Amino acid sequence: MAEIQAEDSLSARGHVGMYAAIAGLWVRAAWVYRTSFVTLVVANGLITGLDAVAIWIMFSQLDLLGGFALHEVALLYGASSLGLGIADTLIGSVERIGEYIRTGRLDQMLTKPLPLLLQVCADQFTLRRLGRITQAAVVFAWAAAYVDWTPARVGVAVVMVVSGGAIFFGLFVTFSCIQFLTKDATEFANAFTYGGATLTQYPLTIFPREVMRSLTFVVPVAFVNWYPCLYLLGRDDPFGLPGWLQLCSPVAAVAMVGVALLTWRAGVRRYTSTGS
Amino acid sequence: MSLHVAVATRAFRRYSTYRAATLAGIFTNSVFGVIYSYAYLALWAANPDAGGYDAVDAVTFVWLGQALLMTVALFGGGSTEDLAERIRTGDVAIDLYRPVGLIGWYLASDLGRAAYHLLSRGLAPLAVGLLLFDLTLPVSPLHALAFVVSLPLAVTLSFTVRFLVACSAFWLLDSSGLRVLSLGFALFFSGMTLPLVLFPGWLGTVAEAMPFAGFLQVPADLWLGRHEGVDILARLGFQVGWIVVLLAACALVLRAATRKVVLQGG
Repeated sequence: MAEIQAEDSLSARGHVGMYAAIAGLWVRAAWVYRTSFVTLVVANGLITGLDAVAIWIMFSQLDLLGGFALHEVALLYGASSLGLGIADTLIGSVERIGEYIRTGRLDQMLTKPLPLLLQVCADQFTLRRLGRITQAAVVFAWAAAYVDWTPARVGVAVVMVVSGGAIFFGLFVTFSCIQFLTKDATEFANAFTYGGATLTQYPLTIFPREVMRSLTFVVPVAFVNWYPCLYLLGRDDPFGLPGWLQLCSPVAAVAMVGVALLTWRAGVRRYTSTGS
Repeated sequence: MSLHVAVATRAFRRYSTYRAATLAGIFTNSVFGVIYSYAYLALWAANPDAGGYDAVDAVTFVWLGQALLMTVALFGGGSTEDLAERIRTGDVAIDLYRPVGLIGWYLASDLGRAAYHLLSRGLAPLAVGLLLFDLTLPVSPLHALAFVVSLPLAVTLSFTVRFLVACSAFWLLDSSGLRVLSLGFALFFSGMTLPLVLFPGWLGTVAEAMPFAGFLQVPADLWLGRHEGVDILARLGFQVGWIVVLLAACALVLRAATRKVVLQGG
């Protein structure tokens, strides 16, 4: 009886608790193989660190990339990489939904009295991305030393990181839904998720105007770091767009997560078991 | 020999089954190609002869990288992934029973896979690059030939590194940490992240001497016509040299591993 009541009152807070409980189990399971876990975290940090080294090498060849100095590009890189790292940690197994359909694991999950998306996100939860997040935070902190901080800018920076994580989360979920239609086109999603992350490492000024437009109005990754970073750096929009766009990251984040949830629902509706 | 050809043909056919995956992959390679092209164009606009390349060379390098990404298995995968799984489950014992060498079998399979990836995920992104950007073509038939010769060498070289990493599963319970690390090194020190010609000072010297340089930088430089005459042979010799050393290492590691398997009685 108590269980039924608990289920009825499963609010947003309850969902977070459930997520944390399942994620915690996976973390404890991973901790059994301590050496393996630590090597993975360190390896991940090192590898994403090499990305930052590549940017540093680029700047050994020039002073300004698309009109932006090293510390400004580092700020863009750190912000985008933080967002990606957070999202990548939260989505757990969403990227592998095709595999779950094929093996019938999704059917098992459907029988449990918990939202499916929550289960998939918490499944195989791993903290190995801590390496990436730490590395991104170090680069961001270094670049932040050059920012002329005001209370408003601190606020925008915090909102930027949260929104960035939410936007990438939305992208991961939305594009993973393609796997409800075709089970082996997983890589298509990478063009938008990891492609978006790679693209936002650079100032958008190096791309044609159409790229900036589509990243603002179609796939809103420009709000992950570009617009809020312009605000932090106190720069006018190089494309001459209005300044208030620099504060719109949370709007883009809410819209992206909304699209993701709707796409997910449509995908699950369409879902037919493979029968295996 | 004919057995190895048969193994390679089967691997080719196995990968060619997944058409949607191939199309999705070509799309993704092209998107990344476009992103890196603009990044390099900006870099070379600021410094027109960085690393001795011009802007056209740099953009060509990007698309060659996208074309070889899957072919040379810069992201891992390939027959060595199957091997790692079979070592983990113990099925490798069956492979070791076979009257054929383990290395030759898996190498043949990987070359078959690479041939498929070259024809699909190699040629298609390159064609996209040619449509969208101004690219350099090999300056002479000799350079084109040298590039073609360097491809199977690049695949074999990458195979030996991946084989060694896969074999670590004989000793480590879980080799994924080592695998992630070796992938990162391959991406960075092959020139995929940034052409090695841009690496400054000692970092450049070290990077160009490592086997990873033979994955992408060497074939790309042959295509771009950065070497002439004997130098071309020297670049191919660099790949062959590392292959000989690493194949010997593979054989040694496999022998040590086989003893371990026998000692454990399974």
